[in-house]
Amino acid sequence: MRRNFAKAYLLLSPSLFWLTLFLVIPVLFIGVISFTTNGDFGAIIYEFSTEAYTSAFSSLYAKVIWQSIWWAFIATVVCLIIAYPFAYFIAHSGKWKNLLLLLVMVPFWTNLLIRLYAWIILMNNQGVINNVLLDLGFIEEPLALMYSPGGVILGLVYGFLPFMILPIYSSIEQLDKTYLEASEDLGAGPVKTFLNVTLPLTFPGILAGFIITFVPAISVFVVTDLFTGGKLLMVGNVIRDAFLVEMNWQLGAALSLLLMILVLLSLMIFMRFTSRKDRKLLV
Amino acid sequence: MRARTKKILFSFSLLVFLFFYIPIIFVVIFSFNDSKLGTVWTGFTLEWYGSILQNSQLISATMNSLYLAVVTTIIATILGTLAALALHRYTFIGKKSVEFLFYIPVVIPDIVVAIALLAIYGILNMSLGLNTAVPGHVAITISYVMLVVLARLSSFDNSLEEAAKDLGANEWQTFWKVTFPLIFPGILAGALLAFTISLDEFVISYFTLGPGDNTLPVLVYSMVRLGVSPEVNVLSTIIIAIMFVVVLIVGLNMRKRGDVK
Repeated sequence: MRRNFAKAYLLLSPSLFWLTLFLVIPVLFIGVISFTTNGDFGAIIYEFSTEAYTSAFSSLYAKVIWQSIWWAFIATVVCLIIAYPFAYFIAHSGKWKNLLLLLVMVPFWTNLLIRLYAWIILMNNQGVINNVLLDLGFIEEPLALMYSPGGVILGLVYGFLPFMILPIYSSIEQLDKTYLEASEDLGAGPVKTFLNVTLPLTFPGILAGFIITFVPAISVFVVTDLFTGGKLLMVGNVIRDAFLVEMNWQLGAALSLLLMILVLLSLMIFMRFTSRKDRKLLV
Repeated sequence: MRARTKKILFSFSLLVFLFFYIPIIFVVIFSFNDSKLGTVWTGFTLEWYGSILQNSQLISATMNSLYLAVVTTIIATILGTLAALALHRYTFIGKKSVEFLFYIPVVIPDIVVAIALLAIYGILNMSLGLNTAVPGHVAITISYVMLVVLARLSSFDNSLEEAAKDLGANEWQTFWKVTFPLIFPGILAGALLAFTISLDEFVISYFTLGPGDNTLPVLVYSMVRLGVSPEVNVLSTIIIAIMFVVVLIVGLNMRKRGDVK
């Protein structure tokens, strides 16, 4: 690799320019807005104020923040519990491997809105599940399946499960099989080998999966929006409404900045605990 | 793996596949349902397919989506490829920070990008239209192109470039005659990824498009909000079918070339 400052930055300049202008500056600007004063009708008065943060941590929105963290966390853990054995199976399914992986890619690439809509067909009050249960006489009235935290978590799991499967799959797939053989030769049983060899070696995949599942899960607004019609809220709903309905940009900006800090922290943790070759697990 | 473990894993994975596909299968089935009111089967019909093809909103949303995806792909592919070349070839001061910067779009919540751009447009008093979604779409896709091309470059034999230069080719000739053809599959894969991400993108479009300029996902959102309807069933089925075919074609081609990830 050559040392050439000028040429490197010449090649990098178009993308750095774009990312700075349309990503870094806008996000920094959001940071500035979060500390301004909210005038009437959404005006931004450039006087320092921490009111947006006081309001974000007031009981009303603090509840939404904790709720979002909690639901996204549960959904991510459920994804992990489903994804690991599933990815393990695919990685060990020989000639079927590629076909099975393609079957995971189809839902992965199908728009989230459409996949959530599919669950609405199943779960709404006149939906397939309620109709079947009513016909069988198990219930007298339709169950409010979508309008509950359970429904929201199901939507999050269904929406982001492929994000967890793919990095874990890659890390299991890249696992050097000779380590497993060595472990068994040294007398470790399958359980011991799994816990002491496989699991630690596939940890980067788990960490990558955790980040790229948790981040969209905590910031998504369409799940609560489409399933509960805004009766249950996550941080994303509050940010959207702050910008599009209530014209309280300061609050939306403050919550976005908190999300951004969370994301940068998790990215730093990921870079700290993984090697350069693990980085591509994120993509 | 022991036979019993394998059996348990097999049954478990089968359940996961059912979890993935049962909801999708119901959408497909109901797209052929005679009833206008949702989820009770009353009989087979193709009526809804006929009516959706004449839906002018849908046609203009599709055109908008394709336009955005093409523009995004062109810009992101050029910028991302140049960045990958720089990161592959050179060491320089600030390289770590540049790499970190490129990972931010991969993990940043799309809603933060969206409202940040919306805020900037608002402050500058810009009127929103179809093109105001381009900056956001490109910003979140550059990194993917860069990373895919970089992966291709890492298996690239640098001595080939040196050989070309030893034989008297200048830098420009070396790039177009040697480097570019060899990394072209990577560039193509990156472009395809950028195209798909842009086509699928909802949140940034939702915030930064003008009021009249729907893309397909934005249109789907406004339709789904109104509840279950035959039109959405049909539209979803068509999109799912296209996705299925595309994934199958791309997958089979990669398998033939033997570089499935």
